[in-house]
Amino acid sequence: MGSESEAGIVSYGAYVPRYRITPAEIGQVWGADGAGMGQSLFVHRKSVPAPDEDTITISTEALRTALARGAIDPQEIGAIYVGSESHPYAVKPTATVVAQAVGATPFLTAADFEFACKAGTAAIQTCMGLVGAGMIRYGVAIGSDTSQGAPGDALEYSASAGGAAFVLGRERVIARILRTVSYTTDTPDFWRREGQRYPSHSGRFTGEPAFFRHVTECARRMFELSGTAPADYRHVVFHQPNGKFPQRVGKQLGFSDAQMRYGLVTPYIGNTYSAAALLGLANVLDHAGPGERILVVGYGSGAGSDAFDLTTTDEIAGYDRRFGPPVQESLDHGVELSYSVYAKFRGKIRMGGA
Amino acid sequence: MATSIARYWRETPRRYNLGGNRCQNCRTVYFPPRSVCPSCSVHRQSLGKFEPFQLSGEGEVHSFTVVHDPAEGFDMQVPYVLALVRTPEGPTLTGQVVDVAPEEVRIGLPVRATFRKLREEGPAGVIHYGYKFTPTGAPASVRPAGVRPDPPPAPGATGTARA
Repeated sequence: MGSESEAGIVSYGAYVPRYRITPAEIGQVWGADGAGMGQSLFVHRKSVPAPDEDTITISTEALRTALARGAIDPQEIGAIYVGSESHPYAVKPTATVVAQAVGATPFLTAADFEFACKAGTAAIQTCMGLVGAGMIRYGVAIGSDTSQGAPGDALEYSASAGGAAFVLGRERVIARILRTVSYTTDTPDFWRREGQRYPSHSGRFTGEPAFFRHVTECARRMFELSGTAPADYRHVVFHQPNGKFPQRVGKQLGFSDAQMRYGLVTPYIGNTYSAAALLGLANVLDHAGPGERILVVGYGSGAGSDAFDLTTTDEIAGYDRRFGPPVQESLDHGVELSYSVYAKFRGKIRMGGA
Repeated sequence: MATSIARYWRETPRRYNLGGNRCQNCRTVYFPPRSVCPSCSVHRQSLGKFEPFQLSGEGEVHSFTVVHDPAEGFDMQVPYVLALVRTPEGPTLTGQVVDVAPEEVRIGLPVRATFRKLREEGPAGVIHYGYKFTPTGAPASVRPAGVRPDPPPAPGATGTARA
């Protein structure tokens, strides 16, 4: 793995639900120092989906934005892959509903991916292969989640909801993906067994041997294969389970705050899991002009990292971003909920007759 | 009620994609789609002359009501707004307006169709999806703009409004 590619991003769209909750509000319910927790995680607030939103609706909204921006005929889409750890059905693909809702059916292939927080980047790699081989004209990769942490668990302070959709192709490419590299091992840092409502994690083990090892090894492999160094990239985007991990891994690898500026979105919307790195990339593309090199390193527990080496093209200068909100709007705006309304929205309250 | 799966499935094109149709005789757009055009002076002239027509999803609130006594499955969303939305293509649609506080809805409010979960057939049943509406430009237009200082604010100091 790691050869050069012809594929690139033709269009993209992002969607973040409107509601927010702060760590302080969560902490006061559990007798914990929520504000302090937020500070140590570097998460100011997290997004909360409305009761009528899920991974299917979020994916659909993100993809509709991408198709409108790129003026792409949905009938030209040959594949839709949705990466998520919160697919509404255990059996019945999210991608089927999304494909129908954007008008891409019936002549396409579709499937759901799961790889904790990196299922969306795995979907991008699959689309790169299909597009690069000339098997399809456009491939769609979506990372989308409405993740939950168990009430009172550390994860509850950051697990949030959002999605980003990328249309890959070989024509009218706004960002060429020069190369992708992955690093995968069997590392049990975070999991959810079939039928369990909330995930489990191995506490501090999620740090060094999991996130940091995989992200740094994958990034270094990319530097080696591409003959690059951190200074060659204008922007860098890491998976961001909180605000702190990506900042620390960025420093370890030798990136500056300026390179991470647009790629870090978790402090304002929380950890959107499969969408986290992709929303960071969407925010970078929202601000990018032609000729800007971008490194993206995703991470999914279990564990693996996918890295992408991208460069924006001249096409991005004429790219029409009017449709759909920019990611920045989701970082700046939102309606805050109390914990009780949040608990109701997230189905944490047991109703009579249910 | 598993019996409604087939009915919902048949209605998927209109619920997912606002698929109506248009009489090629008089150009009137219908949603939901019709097979005979009541606008043509001789109704029979429209037979077999309908073509599929997808609404843009744009529109404005023609009238609305705030529901406090919810339909089954909507108890998590009370109070919610149910509106008649007039589309530029002609048809008037009934739909929920979401991502907005009921007191912010007014006649003439510009809205756009969004894709949401309509209802679930219990915890083990099928999930039905379809269109609802959100104010155009949401969320910026519904709450005062927050400012994100750079460097970021301390936790708790947010640019968000409180519901």
